[in-house]
Amino acid sequence: MKTLARTISGLALAGTILPPLLYFADRLDLSQVRLWMLVATVAWFAATPWWMDRGRS
Amino acid sequence: MRERERPPAKPLVRDGLRSHHGRVHAVSAARRIVSHPPVAGSPEPVQEYEREPVPESAWLGFRSFVGQYAGEHTAGTELMIGPLFVAAGVSAVDLVVGLIVGNLLAVLSWLFLTAPIATRARLTLYYQLEKICGRTLVTVYNLANGVMFCFLAGAMVTVNATAAGVWFQFRMPGLNDLYPNSLGWVISVLLMGALITIVAAYGYKFVARVANIAAPWMVLVFIAFGVVGLREIGIDSLSGLWAQAQTLIWKGGAPLPGQVKFTVWHVLFFAWFCNMAMHIGMADLSVFRYARKSWYAVATAAGMYLGHFIAWLAASVLYALQLHRDPANTAVLPGPMAYAACGAAGLVCVIVAGWTTANPTIYRAGLAFQAIVPSSSRYRVTLVTGAIATLAGLFPAIAMKLLGFVALYGLVLMPMGAVVFVDFWMSERLGFRRDYAEAAGTTVNWAAGLTWLLTLAACLAIVNADGIQIFFVGLPGWFVAATLYVVLSRLLQRKAAA
Repeated sequence: MKTLARTISGLALAGTILPPLLYFADRLDLSQVRLWMLVATVAWFAATPWWMDRGRS
Repeated sequence: MRERERPPAKPLVRDGLRSHHGRVHAVSAARRIVSHPPVAGSPEPVQEYEREPVPESAWLGFRSFVGQYAGEHTAGTELMIGPLFVAAGVSAVDLVVGLIVGNLLAVLSWLFLTAPIATRARLTLYYQLEKICGRTLVTVYNLANGVMFCFLAGAMVTVNATAAGVWFQFRMPGLNDLYPNSLGWVISVLLMGALITIVAAYGYKFVARVANIAAPWMVLVFIAFGVVGLREIGIDSLSGLWAQAQTLIWKGGAPLPGQVKFTVWHVLFFAWFCNMAMHIGMADLSVFRYARKSWYAVATAAGMYLGHFIAWLAASVLYALQLHRDPANTAVLPGPMAYAACGAAGLVCVIVAGWTTANPTIYRAGLAFQAIVPSSSRYRVTLVTGAIATLAGLFPAIAMKLLGFVALYGLVLMPMGAVVFVDFWMSERLGFRRDYAEAAGTTVNWAAGLTWLLTLAACLAIVNADGIQIFFVGLPGWFVAATLYVVLSRLLQRKAAA
């Protein structure tokens, strides 16, 4: 479970930064950037609490 | 400046203070100064070595400090500071050179002033100050801290309210507005402030955890702000980036009306001293007392160059984009700026950044105030503190003048850092007793107290009389404080002995 959550978190981070870079390179339009960043944000906050900082909650 | 307890391995314990973002510092000054029992819902008691040197078994490795500083310095305040550089008419060369050098000087200040004392004494700032200054004087210092925290938290409530403005479309304050300018704004600030305050009183640990979890994502969203902003403003290749940045983003020239013109010196001194309370003010003694080696202070570079370089630049690109689209729209409103670049994710970033900065700042301010009246309920104190911060947040002047406020915040706490430095390294060589309050059994060491007051009075008098910017008085002020403490200590200790 933790491994899956970590993987999703990693993908979410990629989904946060790659769309803006692709937009800069003219490979994506701005509405797609916003959509992907929102999806990545939801994924990050859904997956990360399962593995990060669990002992300190 | 948020109270992100983000240390990777083990909590780094801090007391009362945090960077200009008001962050971290997991353990309050109040808890160190006044021993009051833990209250239900407050952070659980842990061994924090409040009144003893940190033992070797609790020392931490280098990576802990890198993570801590990198996370702490990408906060809600960055969203205000970056745009204010553009409003100040800074040029690209001045900004980049000023930030590189200023941040380097900040790192060197931690490395050569703070960490060597921290890793030798291994005491919290507050216990060290108590030994030097006496308990009563430290309580006054704590009060000053609490007041500054209240205003800082107020600025973060302001930031959050700008996010609500995107959804509800009420009129928001402009760059030079001092007072609230619409009913919608007032309602938004009151609601945001109430929410943040209640959570600070009842759910502190939850927000601390959200802050930890959000940190890596938030750093990337800040970078995304910059990348999208660059493209939107018309820069589409790395090769043309520098040339176009000078003509489209950081153009130099006159500042916006009501703003002070920033040169390379303004940027350099601001970057160096925006965390003045932490390095030459010695607040981070409480952090580096856990460091195995004093050179671990180079880890502060992670925070400086990620938060105080990349995040500031990215936030300033957002503001430049707004001006590019509408030169008449000079309002620094992080919510609309972030939304225009990255949509809902940008808005979430503003809310999380503001919230996780304001929440612990209110919590810490409450603890600092509680030191004055130890018998009061911590919940009640936090609620009252949050109410004060919320009222402060109604007035956009604090957020819009954040550069000046941050400089003042550091200046107020800086003289005590000079006192600690001189007392630790020079007292015996210069003929006065170290840790005088502890040795003499007094609750007020007037040499330290007068040093604090006279230094502040001198610095503020120079600012008011000569029109010198507040960013520039911190450095001479430190030497004034150091000299005053030596002279006054020799005089007063000699008199006491006679």
